[in-house]
Amino acid sequence: MFVEFGHFALILALLVAVVQVIVPAIGASIKDERMMRVADPAAVSQLFLIAIAFFALMHAYVTSDFSVLNVAENSHSTKPLIYKMAGVWGNHEGSMLLWVLILALFGAAVAVFGNNLPVTLKARVLAVQASIAVAFLLFSLLTSNPFARLDPAPADGHGLNPILQDPALAFHPPFLYTGYVGFSIAFSFAIAALIEGRIDAAWARWVRPWTLAAWMFLTIGIAMGSWWAYYELGWGGWWFWDPVENASFMPWLAGTALLHSALVMEKREALKIWTVLLAILTFSLSLMGTFIVRSGVLTSVHSFAVDPARGVFILAILVLFTGGGLALFAFRAKDMQAGGLFQPISREGSLVLNNLLLVTAAATVLVGTLYPMALEGLTGEKISVGPPFFNMTFGPLMIPLLIALPIGPMLAWKRGDFTGAMQRLAFAFGAALVALVAVFAAEYRGPWLAPFGIALGIYVMAGAAIEWANRVKVGSAGFDEIVRRAKNLPRSAYGTLLAHFGIGMLVVGIVATSAYREEHIQAMKPGERIAVNGYDVTFTGVERARGPNYVEDIADFDVKHDGDTVARLTPSKRLYDAPPQSTTESGIYAAWRGDLYLVIGDPQPGGGYAVRAYFNPLVRFIWLGALIMFIGGGISLSDRRLRVGAPAKARQSIAVPAE
Amino acid sequence: MTRKQKRGVLIGGGVATLAVALVLVLFALKDSIVFFHTPSDIAEKGVPPGQRIRLGGLVEQGSVVRGQGTTITFKVTDTLKEIPVTFTGVLPDLFKEGQGVVAEGTLDANGNFKADSVLAKHDENYMPRDVAKALEAKGVKLGASAHPGQLKAAMP
Repeated sequence: MFVEFGHFALILALLVAVVQVIVPAIGASIKDERMMRVADPAAVSQLFLIAIAFFALMHAYVTSDFSVLNVAENSHSTKPLIYKMAGVWGNHEGSMLLWVLILALFGAAVAVFGNNLPVTLKARVLAVQASIAVAFLLFSLLTSNPFARLDPAPADGHGLNPILQDPALAFHPPFLYTGYVGFSIAFSFAIAALIEGRIDAAWARWVRPWTLAAWMFLTIGIAMGSWWAYYELGWGGWWFWDPVENASFMPWLAGTALLHSALVMEKREALKIWTVLLAILTFSLSLMGTFIVRSGVLTSVHSFAVDPARGVFILAILVLFTGGGLALFAFRAKDMQAGGLFQPISREGSLVLNNLLLVTAAATVLVGTLYPMALEGLTGEKISVGPPFFNMTFGPLMIPLLIALPIGPMLAWKRGDFTGAMQRLAFAFGAALVALVAVFAAEYRGPWLAPFGIALGIYVMAGAAIEWANRVKVGSAGFDEIVRRAKNLPRSAYGTLLAHFGIGMLVVGIVATSAYREEHIQAMKPGERIAVNGYDVTFTGVERARGPNYVEDIADFDVKHDGDTVARLTPSKRLYDAPPQSTTESGIYAAWRGDLYLVIGDPQPGGGYAVRAYFNPLVRFIWLGALIMFIGGGISLSDRRLRVGAPAKARQSIAVPAE
Repeated sequence: MTRKQKRGVLIGGGVATLAVALVLVLFALKDSIVFFHTPSDIAEKGVPPGQRIRLGGLVEQGSVVRGQGTTITFKVTDTLKEIPVTFTGVLPDLFKEGQGVVAEGTLDANGNFKADSVLAKHDENYMPRDVAKALEAKGVKLGASAHPGQLKAAMP
């Protein structure tokens, strides 16, 4: 019953979305306010209806209703409750339902919080947003109906892929989707502005909070996926340049660029046309990501099913929105007023550099991701483009970006003082030099580039610290004055500082763990020992245990450091009941200087086990850096002046003199 | 600076960045891509020893030998030809005789394949898509269960 109700709600949501496209759009063009106002209740009821559909499906999962095809194929009665719930988006149909739910959530949020928007702009934004919803609701209903019934119902389901039965992965898709579906708002604003033919600083001020919200969720979503891959896949890596990872990383790069160019537009009315283009491109990359992941053109954990009809449908959506958006842009961009001027050495100049490098980097990732598919399609030749490609192309582009990162905020708008910025950054250069020498001294056998990479990360972190110190006048003002200034510093400034600091940490973590990882593979019998980076690891034995829906061979390792036991690690191998599939669970001892990471392989003929032991130096900095970026985004979003409903008058106070 | 000069700096910077990126991409595509072959492909076309490739097929029944320590040898077959593979490390969870596999590494002069990573199929019913397609192209009949599917990697 609930299931039919959910299906019905989803169809109704489609009808509501169709109304939300047509009525407000016509209203906006004939200036009929009543018609335009239809958009608000439509957006809210659309959300309500999709939420009903979503929870109807969740209900079917929780009650293990195997008469629903989707549940029978992806769930099992013995699965723990949390994975029954997370199972809703652990498959193609359900994850598309989550996609439209989040799309509707953003639309409804604009309807509710966007009261300060001009009526016509708001109506157009919601109409465009609803047109995306129409496309994806049609996709869901026509090709991926999550409510299809199965008759007769099987006694039990197939179960969820065991490697997806994991807490980090249960929450990774909602965060990730909130991120890349969230960019739809920037797209809708861009299209609405192009239709209006008018764009100004106020536009950027409306778009920026939505972009920031999407960006921070995408950041943490990607980080969670990476963290999961690290501890669950059992080979100690945290990023594989897998096409699916790239699919979420490209919108992140473009979204980061958008966040920065919207800043220029808001403060200086420059880069207007570019920002609109970037908003279109960012969401296009989100759609491209959806296409790559959902169409089955590639193979990975994420491609749940391969069905050509779906691929063609998503491709059509991609072509329609990207092509349509770009065509409209080409048609209308010339009517837009060009913005303010600036010297190349200025805050604007540095943000242009940021945009240039981020967008180029996104383009190289795009080439590396699509090239194998294109080549196979054209010549039938099968190739794989792996990490070496991305290290060679993406890596070099990040170096100037990171060097420029602390300098940019030190420059004034319009015309910056480069020498002054350099002088103020002297401490950061010093810190980087110390780090360089220290790392060389400690790890002189490692790759020669690595100490420079770590120094670069330290420089970025120090740069953020100096900027804060400068702004609160550490060194020149008294203690009370510093505290007063620290309190008065706007939250958006703290957000920026934290995000930049987080990037620095991330870089340090990436370089350290990539260059100085220690790896051992050894066949071990109980009682044998292995030395890993100062840890003395003793294999004490293996025990069989029963989990809720699996049997597990748990190995026991005693970890000593300087003669004291610091940890007992229990990496294991699990065999799940449904589907009957085995997974490797790692045993990790996390310390500040790095992770000791153990996994066991197959039993050896002589009674031992193949054991892999890694030491991953500073690997936590990667996720900690991303978490700090996420928190920075949140703090910035809580700034009153950025708040979505903040009155437009707040604009005067934004012109904080650059110090 | 005049308006024209400012615009010049902007355009020049943009073009320079794109040019650098293009050069990097072309170099990287030349040097760091890896081709996928089945054992029959290798027999037909010949792959020079030392060139990095991906070898895909089925793990031949009864061919897996676990040697001393963590070195494992097995044969990859597409039912027409087979290639012996040596791998040192821990095999992925789903590595099994008779099932699909993709190994990445190099051939030596004697036609033995030294793998430094092994990817196995992901699920009971699934086989790496590249393998399924290649085998179908060779006329190997796959059971109804052999859908193109998912991959999982194991590094040594």
